[in-house]
Amino acid sequence: MDHAGFEHLKPRLVLTGITKRYPSVVANDGVSLSVRPGEIHAVLGENGAGKSTLMKIIYGVTKPDSGTILWNDQYETIAAPSQARRMGIGMVFQHFSLFETLTVWENIALALDEPVPTARLAAQITEVSEKYGLPIDPYRLVHSMSVGERQRVEIVRCLLQEPKLLIMDEPTSVLTPQAVLILFKTLRRLASEGCSILYISHKLDEIRALCDTATVLRGGRVSGSAVPRDETNESLARLMIGGELAECHLTPREPKEVRLDVERLSLPTPDPFGTTLKDISLQVRSGEILGIAGVSGNGQKELMTALSGERVSAKGAMIKLFGQPVGHLNPAQRRALGLTFVPEERLGRGAVPPMSLAYNALLTGARKGMVLKGLIHPAVMRTFSRTVIERFKVKCGDEQSVASSLSGGNLQKFIVGRETMLQPKMMIVAQPTWGVDVGAAQLIRQALIDLRDQGVALLVISEELDELFSISDRIAVLAEGRLSPSVKPAETSIEQIGTWMSGKFGDQAGAGAGAAAARAPLETAHA
Amino acid sequence: MLRLERRATPSSVMSVASPVVAAIGMLVTGFLLFSALGKDPVEAFYLFFVKPLSTSYGIGELLLKTTPLLLCGLGLALGFRANVWNIGAEGQLTMGAIAGGGVALWFGDSDSSLAMPLMLLAGVLGGMAWAAIPAFLRTRFNTNEILVTLMLVYIAQLTLSWLVHGPWRDPQGQNYPQSQGFGDAETMGILVNGTRVTWGIVYALVLALSAWVFSQKTYAGFRMQVAGLAPAAAAYAGFSEKRNIWIALMLCGATAGLAGICEVAGPIGRLQQEISPGYGFAAIIVAWIGRLHPIGVVFGALLMSLLYLGGESAQMGMGLPSAITGLFQGLLLFYLLAADLFITFRLKRTGVQEQPAPKAAATVENAA
Repeated sequence: MDHAGFEHLKPRLVLTGITKRYPSVVANDGVSLSVRPGEIHAVLGENGAGKSTLMKIIYGVTKPDSGTILWNDQYETIAAPSQARRMGIGMVFQHFSLFETLTVWENIALALDEPVPTARLAAQITEVSEKYGLPIDPYRLVHSMSVGERQRVEIVRCLLQEPKLLIMDEPTSVLTPQAVLILFKTLRRLASEGCSILYISHKLDEIRALCDTATVLRGGRVSGSAVPRDETNESLARLMIGGELAECHLTPREPKEVRLDVERLSLPTPDPFGTTLKDISLQVRSGEILGIAGVSGNGQKELMTALSGERVSAKGAMIKLFGQPVGHLNPAQRRALGLTFVPEERLGRGAVPPMSLAYNALLTGARKGMVLKGLIHPAVMRTFSRTVIERFKVKCGDEQSVASSLSGGNLQKFIVGRETMLQPKMMIVAQPTWGVDVGAAQLIRQALIDLRDQGVALLVISEELDELFSISDRIAVLAEGRLSPSVKPAETSIEQIGTWMSGKFGDQAGAGAGAAAARAPLETAHA
Repeated sequence: MLRLERRATPSSVMSVASPVVAAIGMLVTGFLLFSALGKDPVEAFYLFFVKPLSTSYGIGELLLKTTPLLLCGLGLALGFRANVWNIGAEGQLTMGAIAGGGVALWFGDSDSSLAMPLMLLAGVLGGMAWAAIPAFLRTRFNTNEILVTLMLVYIAQLTLSWLVHGPWRDPQGQNYPQSQGFGDAETMGILVNGTRVTWGIVYALVLALSAWVFSQKTYAGFRMQVAGLAPAAAAYAGFSEKRNIWIALMLCGATAGLAGICEVAGPIGRLQQEISPGYGFAAIIVAWIGRLHPIGVVFGALLMSLLYLGGESAQMGMGLPSAITGLFQGLLLFYLLAADLFITFRLKRTGVQEQPAPKAAATVENAA
């Protein structure tokens, strides 16, 4: 990129020795970092490495226990986000904070510190959004917009304040590959105008494609800094996780009988902002993994609850498990047939937060001899949970630790382990590695592949395309409540899946496998 | 400056200490209150908390009043653990008294040995039938059980009132709104001579033990607790919400109904317009003081019973108004709820003065 050449400039922001302690964890431990005007600086690290805390400190949401912040050569104490905005710092959060029932300009007006007349604001929104290649209509209602469009609103909201430093927190986790390219263009343009950008992510390809410099955090400390373009994914991963990145391998296997058969499932949503499932058909066979890609909010939750039985459908025959119609059965009855599932929401759905891991094993494991004549059998329950903890390397005190005391990744390992050890014939997993660090993610993916090799049928719903490409036998895309045809990963490309993610697959039904060329390397999407 | 901060994990110490803190808070406030009224607080305290327990008769009275409080408290605690907010134990108690009392009146002067078992059974069934109404409405029409159970209290009380004013009124009763007195076979045996304690307290203690086994050792008890702690997890595991609501309400209907028949077949000895000084409502406090734990509820019921006795004693000894009992109950609940905050939060001293949060940024910060 040509916008480099900031090396001679004085840093715009210098953090020195930032430390922040929470009751149970030190989130930042003596972190230092500096950003110059026009620099796109990556903050790289696994979940829980302290990236978000550091950004919240810069944006004035959280106060550091010690350390200094130097902004344009002046020491500053940033007490509140409004002060950060006055100083010229903007932040786009990972989870949006927009009111769905209001229009774009109303949402933006709410976030401004000074009131601006409607017409002028609308004109400004149009102007800024077009200048940066992020077209949005200021009079549109937010609930009618896609996730990518909502992110534009958040970005435009920041840009209106002409920031000198823009913080982006995991901005691509909700975007299609095509939308990522557009976002990168915008960010590069901003940087070329002198805006500094702090880009938080754990996606190595993206960082290598976009960022000029990187600070890597591990366990709250800076574990290194790098020029990402000169590094490889492996060398960055070493800095990030302090070890090597293992690969999963999928040995080809001939799938056997159909275990899950969904035929023309349509389900209207009771939630006004939910997604209606339209005419979904899919089959999962013994010994294969069907991956369902798509941006969250396109019917994933609805599909999951329909398949698990948390929502029963009147017309039972649309969903068949092991050849038997199950649409009218509740989750316990479907479990009894040999189905297990891992929900995307771990704390509160997949596990009972204030209960011990042993009791959380009982939550779905009653059939494994933990209950005799209505009485709980504590010894069996404990042995079972100890085995899960051991086999899935769950970091915790022991089986008496309460679920809420575990980190998200460790709890996910426990839940996946529990559902695996129930010896399912069919398993459904939603977002298996969401918020899970790289090491644990690898372990979970390998566990799913092992199940497949043992002949279990698996359905994996995930937002991570790289993940689906590495573990799926077939991939389909869920967009706006409709399901695309499924293709083998080797016969499609990130681009095609990306096109499908925006809902454009209606006329390609059945042609997917033949139409696509060999799978392109991941980097092409991000370059 | 002090600031409330969420604890990393809920404090188990505070969870046990909270009722003790609440009791102390109640006593201190009571002390100040007596002083402000110009009464000698030491004497008042003696009358309130010591004198009622100074005789074996007094201890008997304590256990007598403990019985309905414990029975209702147990049922409520099991329901509250499962997120079923039945606040109408008073109505279920009344209906139990009506059903059991009806059987007693039907037996009349008979000395059949079937009378008492059938009365107890009718009492239990009466309470359950009354609790079945909110259970049906909630599971069928998703009505709010708080409102339905509360409204049914008044219907039950007015039904009792109509019965003792009308069809069941004692013809020889000089027009008092009360039924005939129950015969010997329809009256519960006295447990200890010289007191009024009946077998009811034994039933209540056995049920407390059973409730403890149910909630700690059985799969059904576990399912109910999961439903209370994390409804989504209960749905995920496939525990039926309807079954959970029915079990919770049936259990409480049964224990409250038993409390009702034990009152009218015990110390009262007949049906009359007033059969309970609000035991069913006070049992809500009992359940919370007892930490919704069956054994804790036993202690909660003893404390609440003492407040009733102490209130009576203070009325007689010092001429304090009868509202004093309700006042102490209220103080206890007030301090308990306040102290419970510190199970999940703690106070932290902050050196710097916090700046007021900017109003426009509020939504953005929440998302962080």
